[in-house]
Amino acid sequence: MAAVAVAGPPPVIGPGHDFESVGQAISEIVLTRKTPLGWVAGFGLAFTLMMVFLTAATYLFLKGVGIWGINIPVAWGFAIVNFVWWIGIGHAGTLISAILLLLHQKWRMSISRFAEAMTLFAVACAGLFPLMHMGRPWLFYWMFPYPNEMTVWPQFRSPLVWDVFAVSTYATVSLVFWYVGLIPDVATLRDRAKTNVGRKFFGTLALGWRGSARHWFRYETASLLLAGLATPLVVSVHTVVSFDFAVAIVPGWHTTIFPPYFVAGAIYSGFAMVLCLAIPLRAAYGLQDFVTMWHLDVMAKVMLATGLILAYGYGCEVFYSWYSADTFERYMMWNRMFGPYASAYWALIATNIVIPQLLWFKKTRQNIPLLFFVALVVNVGMWLERYVIVVTSLHRDFLVSSWGRYAPTMWDWATFVGTIGLFLSLFFLFIRFLPMISIVEMRTLLPQSQVKEELP
Amino acid sequence: MHEHGKEPALYGLMAEFEEAGALVKAARHAHEAGYRHLDAYSPVPIEEIYEAIDLHQNEVPLTALIGGITGCLTGFFLQYWVSVIAYPINVGGRPFNSWPAFIPVTFELTILFAALTTALGMLALNGLPQPYHPVFNVPGFERATTDRFFLCIESKDAKFDREGTRAFLESLRPREVTDVVP
Repeated sequence: MAAVAVAGPPPVIGPGHDFESVGQAISEIVLTRKTPLGWVAGFGLAFTLMMVFLTAATYLFLKGVGIWGINIPVAWGFAIVNFVWWIGIGHAGTLISAILLLLHQKWRMSISRFAEAMTLFAVACAGLFPLMHMGRPWLFYWMFPYPNEMTVWPQFRSPLVWDVFAVSTYATVSLVFWYVGLIPDVATLRDRAKTNVGRKFFGTLALGWRGSARHWFRYETASLLLAGLATPLVVSVHTVVSFDFAVAIVPGWHTTIFPPYFVAGAIYSGFAMVLCLAIPLRAAYGLQDFVTMWHLDVMAKVMLATGLILAYGYGCEVFYSWYSADTFERYMMWNRMFGPYASAYWALIATNIVIPQLLWFKKTRQNIPLLFFVALVVNVGMWLERYVIVVTSLHRDFLVSSWGRYAPTMWDWATFVGTIGLFLSLFFLFIRFLPMISIVEMRTLLPQSQVKEELP
Repeated sequence: MHEHGKEPALYGLMAEFEEAGALVKAARHAHEAGYRHLDAYSPVPIEEIYEAIDLHQNEVPLTALIGGITGCLTGFFLQYWVSVIAYPINVGGRPFNSWPAFIPVTFELTILFAALTTALGMLALNGLPQPYHPVFNVPGFERATTDRFFLCIESKDAKFDREGTRAFLESLRPREVTDVVP
């Protein structure tokens, strides 16, 4: 059968592929190809950064949160900034694999697997920050409702308790969704593995999958249901994260625009991170046939659209603080724009709103280094956004006598940079040991998987 | 199978095809010929096969629904019991049963339970994990996850007959028909 690219006007898979070549191209990265030097170097660097995290966390557990820059009035600082940043990054993975699945967007197929992996690792990094911020992290389980000798129970009217449930549910469901998607692929790897160790490793993960039609039937139903469940979940998670702020009466936080604008920001930063990962990956592993220019173009457009929603959110914030006619709200906004942290605010406007406008132009979207640069800039911008929200609202609230300043310490930075190391280490291990693109989904794009209706 | 008691028992007979279309056609013919205990094996899901071997509904959505309802009730009544019965505390004058504040956790637990029952239910109904299965004994079956399509008629089928079924499968013009040893 002639192998011609199908599915939609712009090809979502390069020409000349069939079932065998797709399986070969994706599985050889894991099974047969020699580990590239770049992988070793990249993993080495990421691992070193992870050791920085380990050092910072160890010192934190020895000394307590006093080693960080937090104090009253800014008690939240980097820990919460990083928590929100990481969890936001995770959202793109679920969006790509769940919402775009329900919308029948075929281009999602080649990026969904590693975007989901990105989600898992980002949520793992996010989860660490509230734990470390607790002061007594070894008592983290007090957040869960369990019968205990103190006969004390969580306070379910608090968004911080909602957060525990939202984030742990999100992590669990993302893991389940990701693993269910992996099952037929690891079965492919089991059957292609040349070594006994490989066969055992992938065979165990594949749970004995044999591609039975009766299994596929239930499997497809389950995938759709999981996508349907993950869709409201992903929206709820960042909504609950925004409630951590919006339910408080602190000036600058107490607005109803927070949930939608947090969700848009999460998707924005997530797509930026997917681009930051996809661009080097496709170049390093020669996956241009699967992650085509068209994929990059579409992702850039999603970024542009969510970035504009975010710009609207920023506009609303400014408008609300003026329209509220509330002294404290108005002062907060003035202080945010012209106070001690003004440089962070204007840097945020430049990185999140101004520079991404370059994406309007096809030339930018087709220029890979420039696109990579814009995606990096957006990641920085989204981090600045959370920094500005947390710090400018807290450092000058209602009483002038309780005003203060916040500056991160070396340990704040070490912890933050360290989690980037943790994230990248996990990601490097993932691309080395698991298929980073869904083999089955790529195959369904080929004519070979189509049944030609013929007379019996 | 009873007529051939002397020969070793078979799990079934496996026919190998090169194209998805051929498999669908074969499955349709087999079903029309009255075979009911049959299964198709393919590297990708093929919707037409479900039709051909009479798969119309499965139990996964019901499992998900039961999981979701359980999660919802667990979520809400956990919070109700904690906040009203076990540990009633007055927070800013709000009622003990502040049900609107209980919605987020109720929602999260609904999703959590539904997702877990969907995934675990799918695996359980499929009988996975199953480390050993007779079809893996078929030479070349490892290509069922690459580019070959298989149809297996199982020996427990009432119509199964070693020679007759083999002849029937041969008539569907497969690449090969193989005995599946249990």
